[in-house]
Amino acid sequence: MDFSASRWQIFNGVRITVNDEPRELPAEATVADLVAGLALGPRRIAIEVNRAVVPRAEYGARRLAEGDTVEIIHFVGGG
Amino acid sequence: MAADDPFVLAGRTYGSRLIVGTGKYASFAETRKAIDASGAEIVTVAVRRVNITDPGKENLLEHLPPDRFTILPNTAGCYTVEEAVRTCRLAREAGVGTLVKLEVIGDERTLFPDVAATIEAARVLVKEGFQVLPYVTDDPVACKRLEEIGCAAVMPLAAPIGSGLGIRNPFNLRIIVEQSRVPVIVDAGVGTASHAAEALELGCDAVLMNTAIAGAKDALLMAEAMRLAVEAGRKAFRAGRIPAKLYATASSPLDGLVR
Repeated sequence: MDFSASRWQIFNGVRITVNDEPRELPAEATVADLVAGLALGPRRIAIEVNRAVVPRAEYGARRLAEGDTVEIIHFVGGG
Repeated sequence: MAADDPFVLAGRTYGSRLIVGTGKYASFAETRKAIDASGAEIVTVAVRRVNITDPGKENLLEHLPPDRFTILPNTAGCYTVEEAVRTCRLAREAGVGTLVKLEVIGDERTLFPDVAATIEAARVLVKEGFQVLPYVTDDPVACKRLEEIGCAAVMPLAAPIGSGLGIRNPFNLRIIVEQSRVPVIVDAGVGTASHAAEALELGCDAVLMNTAIAGAKDALLMAEAMRLAVEAGRKAFRAGRIPAKLYATASSPLDGLVR
């Protein structure tokens, strides 16, 4: 086993949860970066970080932090 | 129907008094065809997580453009005030307006609403500027409370969601219609066209359904049947029906009979 310091410095981004799935993003990543990486197309979505809605206008400024829980929703068929 | 008898809901005017759900169809194309056949201008949708590993290419609103249909997001599946309120906030942020169908379910088997939680959630949402359409039991007192809070309509159920049982308590619905100053929309339990006609005949302003159309063997034909039933029921209500009596009244003149 390699316990040298370098072994533990490989990942220095943030680990978050998106719709219950673990994701790793580079440090300083924003909500806008997350959305861009998901290729969701032109659909209407909305996003919560830690149970609070993030307004669309703030996607570019809102940094994601280690342990953040993100929900991304859209509309599906329903009654 | 539209011109001389408009349906006004939350400040907007509609020609159709039939509101339809978009669930349980095999494809978005089929959903759209059924909605066109129903003549509905307001359609309900559910708020769900995007599958982030496989988002898919198609999305529902491509087939139901919000400039053509009023999109009514629901809180189906929510069992607490917090879940329902969060869902509405997300729906509004997704950009289809402030109209929401509030459902706070209280029981898994019947899907009957938790009335106390529904009233609490409605209070929060109205304060935040939502136009709230609450799904509620056919209880005149609960409907009164929801109206007092500032809901844009009340939506008493006819019978359990998806049951197709039709209107279980027409007398309660009549009381709700009589007392309400906001639109009364029968939501849930309709199974066939006569049930929809009955709702309008009782004086309800509109009817909301999903399974009755989507679950029919021929959804497009049932959608058309529902459109006609809602129109017929409304016209019968406006026409003013004759009172029901126990004994006959002859339709033909009694004078000039051949003897």
